[in-house]
Amino acid sequence: MTQSTVSNDKFTLGGAIQGATHLDLANEKTCVEIKDWNLYYGEKQALHNVSMNIPEKRVTAFIGPSGCGKSTLLRCLNRMNDLVDGCSVEGQMLLEGKNIYDRSIDVAELRRRVGMVFQKPNPFPKSIYENVAYGLRIQGINKKRVLDEAVEKSLRGAALWDEVKDRLHESALGMSGGQQQRLVIARTIAVEPEVLLLDEPASALDPISTLKIEELIYELKNDYTIVIVTHNMQQAARVSDYTAFMYLGELIEFGDTNAMFTNPQKKKTEDYITGRYG
Amino acid sequence: MEKKSKLNVSDWYKSGEPFVWLNAAAVAMSAIAVIGLLAVLAINGFSHFWPKNIASINYLDPRSQAEYRLLGIDVDDVTVSREQLVSSGMDHLVDNDVELFNRQLLQMGNRDVTGMDFAWFVEEHYQSVEYPLGAMILERREWGTFIGFLRDVLEDGQVVASSTGEGEVNSDAWAKFEALLARSESLHRQIIALEKDEIGSINYGMERIRLAERRIELEQPADAAVQLAELAAEQAELEGAYQGMQAELVDLYRAFERDSFTAETMDGTVVTLPMAKVVRAVLPNALSIPQKFVVYGDKLWEFLSDDPREANTEGGIFPAIFGTVLMVLLMSVMMTPLGVIAAVYLREYASQGPITRTIRIAVNNLAGVPSIVYGVFGLGFFIYFVGSNIDQAFFPEALPSPTFGTPGLLWASLTLALLTLPVVIVATEEGLSRIPKALREGSLALGATKAETLWRVVLPMSSPAMMTGLILAVARAAGEVAPLMLVGVVKLAPSLPLDGNYPYLHLDQKFMHLGFHIYDVGFQSPNVEAARPLVYATALLLVVVIALLNMAAVSMRNRLREKYKSLEM
Repeated sequence: MTQSTVSNDKFTLGGAIQGATHLDLANEKTCVEIKDWNLYYGEKQALHNVSMNIPEKRVTAFIGPSGCGKSTLLRCLNRMNDLVDGCSVEGQMLLEGKNIYDRSIDVAELRRRVGMVFQKPNPFPKSIYENVAYGLRIQGINKKRVLDEAVEKSLRGAALWDEVKDRLHESALGMSGGQQQRLVIARTIAVEPEVLLLDEPASALDPISTLKIEELIYELKNDYTIVIVTHNMQQAARVSDYTAFMYLGELIEFGDTNAMFTNPQKKKTEDYITGRYG
Repeated sequence: MEKKSKLNVSDWYKSGEPFVWLNAAAVAMSAIAVIGLLAVLAINGFSHFWPKNIASINYLDPRSQAEYRLLGIDVDDVTVSREQLVSSGMDHLVDNDVELFNRQLLQMGNRDVTGMDFAWFVEEHYQSVEYPLGAMILERREWGTFIGFLRDVLEDGQVVASSTGEGEVNSDAWAKFEALLARSESLHRQIIALEKDEIGSINYGMERIRLAERRIELEQPADAAVQLAELAAEQAELEGAYQGMQAELVDLYRAFERDSFTAETMDGTVVTLPMAKVVRAVLPNALSIPQKFVVYGDKLWEFLSDDPREANTEGGIFPAIFGTVLMVLLMSVMMTPLGVIAAVYLREYASQGPITRTIRIAVNNLAGVPSIVYGVFGLGFFIYFVGSNIDQAFFPEALPSPTFGTPGLLWASLTLALLTLPVVIVATEEGLSRIPKALREGSLALGATKAETLWRVVLPMSSPAMMTGLILAVARAAGEVAPLMLVGVVKLAPSLPLDGNYPYLHLDQKFMHLGFHIYDVGFQSPNVEAARPLVYATALLLVVVIALLNMAAVSMRNRLREKYKSLEM
């Protein structure tokens, strides 16, 4: 009963996946390969032997109850966990075949390639223009023409251009929450990453803004590999192609979103998506 | 009944109203304290510049029963008991029934004539008081004020105008007097300009040549003879210029000292005074209120813009204002970057272990070290160690007279920089720790390194906190006196540390400071009564200078806050 409601939502609210063909992980090109991934915060193990292949140019959603490790896993993908004291990892994480935890990897370059959008909009206290140009300036690009072009392209890419084109040089802090979040997405895609990590990008937003972000994700998956963490199962169902369900630091089930929501393979997955816990 | 009233009290207590009253009372107390402080300083200090009327008093000395005339300005009035007067030596009092007397402090001036320019008199002994229009008060370059009546005006020894009587102003004589005074004043300005600026810079050049010669002597370079000859030629040139100026100066002095005038003091003595000694002449009793305001403004401006005279008890305090501001600015320039960099390392880079914690505690405790300790440290380390080594290495030609091995502006600024460093470190650390983690992560996630994130996001956003530190530091440093007495402040500095002679900013010079000036005028002055109002005025000025410095910093901080106000996220 609940299941059918979920799928109904999916086809009416998002409208995105309507008519989608059945997807199969086996046919996908792998973007990030995670092998036997363990993560410890000090003594405490937060991720247990996670192995999965994140497919290229698809939207992969991580779902699961609070504290299941989905955000932690996401933050491993661009080594944001390096910033946490006492965090240690083992296993392999390969981006296009290369271990991103290798000593030779330039972390800043990795983070440019794997962009990240956080739960709360975090624009810098600068103008809209400077927010989008930030990543490019970091790379040493300061030519006005190049920046102008990149800013417009990124803002269009984040479906924000029409709303802000007349006030590019005003402070980004004067925008609404939803606009700020799209600005952060524009800022992230301005540096042309390969992977976009979205950590509950809509959880602090109202329904209209959420809808816009979801539509944006649908647009963006043509160009980027997207990994999204969400608490909202309808959202996962609406926007993602593949879904990974995590529980207590373990990956329980990973597969085609449609299949998982209509016909979960594991009991825990079914319990979770039917709302028996979490 | 009683129970009910108890209940009411506890209800009232619970309503929170007592706390509101308590808070309001605390705020009111603070406001009264601040306003009262400023008012006391302002009233006592700035009333000094008001041209008060000169009273002519017939005074009956009860001891000798003799009557004589007093001419003076009412400075202070107090009511005292008979006993107090008797114990202070006034055992002959007029009326045996009176218990309380009014005692008045009169400023009579004429220290050179009577030897006593301030004295207390008992008002009950006054026979009559009047305010003669012709009474004149002069401010002089020596011997303090003069109070009396104008008699003859002498131009080059010849009487050109005369005045008699006391009750009215002889406007012809006064006009002539003022004209000659204006002339002598303008000559005085020319003399000062010549002595201070032109001859001053020649002297500076001569000193430079002397040092250069000495250096050649010490180093014995191959072309010593050639260099010495060049220097000698340069010296001869300066010498020539100096001779010309000296002649000019002699002429100016002769013209300056040409005129004089005679004046009658309160006891009828007629004295001859040179016009050159007078700075300002006022007939206060004949002035209308607006005219008095003009004189007031003039005197106030002199106080703010002129050099001190007469062991700092007269004239202005401009060098002290200048020295204070310059020292604080130098200190800020030296200390802020150092403090910020130290705070960034402590907060951002150092691992937060026991060593960092110890350093942090040590830094915080440094802020509590008494300032005189810093003064002693500055003297021992900066001046005796660093300064004398600098002298050995870079200024051997000037030895044995030290260049940097003696108290001076640089060492005073550095000592205060050290004193205020902890304040900036603590404030900056506080600011850094308040930057939301989300913003740092946002920057890092775009491929910025930690250093780039610091430069582009974290430091700009914590700049208001740095400004807060600077504000606290400036407030503390500008008011410090004790350490400065050891490391660079003097009673009277002959020249400002910033002038037209290369290298313009003389870091090795000693300087004057408002705080020290208060101490000096108040406690080291030969003339307590004359100095007292200046203590108040200088104190108020010190407060104003600190307030202005702080307001500049606060407005900068507010602008930065406005710019980076995303800390509420």
